[in-house]
Amino acid sequence: MIARILTARRGRFGWDWTDWATYLYLVLGVVLMFGPVLWLFLSSVKTQAGLDMFPPTFLPWEQKQARVPDHSGTLPLFRVTAGDHAGQSLAQIRRIGLQSQLVSPDDPTKIVRVPISDLQPEMQLRASWSNYSDLLGKFNFGLYFFNSAFITVVATVLTLLVNSMAAFALSKYRFTGREPVFLVMLATLMIPPTIVLVPNYLIASTLGLTNSLWGVIFPAVATPTGVFMLRQYMLTLPDDLLEAARMDNASEWRIYWRIVLPLSAPALAVLAIFSVVWRWNDFLWPMVVLSRSNVFTLPIALFSFQGDLQTQWPYLLAMTVCTLLPVTLIFIFLQRYVTQGIASAGVK
Amino acid sequence: MATLSLQNVVKRFGDSVVIHGVSFEVTDGEFVVFVGPSGCGKSTLLRLICGLDSVSDGAVCIDGEVMNEVPAARRGLALVFQSYALYPHMTVYSNMAFGLENLGMPRAQIEARVAEAARMLRLDPYLARKPTALSGGQRQRVAIGRAIVREPKIFLFDEPLSNLDAELRVGMRAELAQLHRRLRTTMIYVTHDQVEAMTMADKIVVLRAGRVEQVGTPLDLYNHPAGQFVAGFIGSPRMNFLTGRVANAGPDGAMIEVPKVGRIPTLAAAQPGQEVTIGIRPEHVMQDNRVGQTVTGTVINVEQLGGLSYVHLADPAMTIQLNGQTRLAFGDRAEVYLPVEAIHVFDADGMALPRVSVAPQARVELPQPGEAAHG
Repeated sequence: MIARILTARRGRFGWDWTDWATYLYLVLGVVLMFGPVLWLFLSSVKTQAGLDMFPPTFLPWEQKQARVPDHSGTLPLFRVTAGDHAGQSLAQIRRIGLQSQLVSPDDPTKIVRVPISDLQPEMQLRASWSNYSDLLGKFNFGLYFFNSAFITVVATVLTLLVNSMAAFALSKYRFTGREPVFLVMLATLMIPPTIVLVPNYLIASTLGLTNSLWGVIFPAVATPTGVFMLRQYMLTLPDDLLEAARMDNASEWRIYWRIVLPLSAPALAVLAIFSVVWRWNDFLWPMVVLSRSNVFTLPIALFSFQGDLQTQWPYLLAMTVCTLLPVTLIFIFLQRYVTQGIASAGVK
Repeated sequence: MATLSLQNVVKRFGDSVVIHGVSFEVTDGEFVVFVGPSGCGKSTLLRLICGLDSVSDGAVCIDGEVMNEVPAARRGLALVFQSYALYPHMTVYSNMAFGLENLGMPRAQIEARVAEAARMLRLDPYLARKPTALSGGQRQRVAIGRAIVREPKIFLFDEPLSNLDAELRVGMRAELAQLHRRLRTTMIYVTHDQVEAMTMADKIVVLRAGRVEQVGTPLDLYNHPAGQFVAGFIGSPRMNFLTGRVANAGPDGAMIEVPKVGRIPTLAAAQPGQEVTIGIRPEHVMQDNRVGQTVTGTVINVEQLGGLSYVHLADPAMTIQLNGQTRLAFGDRAEVYLPVEAIHVFDADGMALPRVSVAPQARVELPQPGEAAHG
């Protein structure tokens, strides 16, 4: 099945030119989309030395190390390409100018000198998973992850709840001022978040929400985009259904819970995905509201890794991967609803 | 089991008046059909009765109680929607049980009622299915089942058969009539199809542009239409109309002068010189040549149905229904006879003119309408 999809082509016998164009286009797309992500992942399992290597490598190459008696730690291994010791694999003790002092791991007593131009570092492929395991111990990763997850989950649930209620009212009830309210809400889409940053901060600080996860959650709960999306979807639900429910003795709350919410599931799923991605990747607002490290979210913790003088790139990259993963997983599981939602909206 | 009475009900949407002072009574156990062309306000009237829209003026009374301010759910009515309005995310069982759950009825009782309704409507095998997995007729039955389980005082149907194909419609029509005989509950049924109205109703309410044109039994409306609109709307094919002027009138009726056709005797009590329209149903026109009472037209089309034939004439434009088969063909001259008993006369406003009282010996035997299978 997958093989058939991957080898699908237009020309029944052989390759049509459109096949070439299509595959070229698709491969380009895959490289463009997946290239950076793949590079990020591969880089996150490199050591600091691997990252510093020039020219940069795609795969996590690393110089082989050897333990030699009488020498502390590990020594880097080199292959000698010319001279008396050509072909041998030797460990470097130290470098003096253009000369290198080397020792054979098998014969630790005999030290040889070789010009560095005759040396080739011995490379091997090795994933340094310690970047990940160290994170947990070193950087309180668990706490940041929890903070991010808590904000994402709670804000998403509240967003769905509040936005769907607003959308229900705006799509299914007739009241004076319905259109103006809707237009004002849409108009807020035109205001960039940076402009309302300061007023929002003043409100949050007056309410005592700074340095609290709720300070990130509450301002994010009502989104004009979400209300608009859900309203447009709910407009397609037939009024007959609500009237049937009304005849069936259902209260307005029950209509909302039992009829409108379940039928809006595709739109809710789309909004849920959006909300999760927004909240998980949110940077500016949490940065402003959260200043104590015990309430940091992952993006802010990531940012704090970048010191003024030195940046621990292996950990930063590993953490970036950890930050990307949950969103990716959620998208994989909910993408069915996204396509379904788009499809059903299109058909109707 | 309930009576319904509408007293001078008016509905306005903004400035436009949709229902102009409608009044009528529905007695207990009656099957009442609202019929009229689309846009005549029949669905609006139904929504006013069940409380989905509020009346602007007048009163809706159920069992003698004014219901104007009572919300839809508490009026004890059940509405079957034209679109069925089944909850697409619920199973057939849940669709039927939803209303009862909202009433806080014990689970066992809900199950019993749903099972009973499902058995009556032959829905037992489908209780676990979603509405999308059902055929049109089955969906229709679920919608009816949802109404039945609530044991309403009055059933309201809003064009329930319009989404079904012709064959299924005839079947469901019989089923609904049977259901009404079994439940003996008051039912109000809205349709634009006069055949449905004629076949199912105990009483028909003919509506036109938000006004009641006539209320009566199907045969009442057929035999004694109160106006030209009802006369044209009830009956298929449509009644033929010819316009003319009263030439002379007397105690035996009026002689109508129809331009280019001739004089046609009627039993109407009219004033000489009055502008009138005479109407006669295709099934009452006879192909005959009694002297002095015939009308001659040119055949422009013949529809042979085997058991009966429709002949369309021009000059005057008329449709006649003949029993059996006919030899008439395109272009023939056909001489037809209009029995004086079967002629309806309407004044310039479309109202039926009263008849003069006729001595029994003057009566003419009406031809029996053929076994028409219209619709």
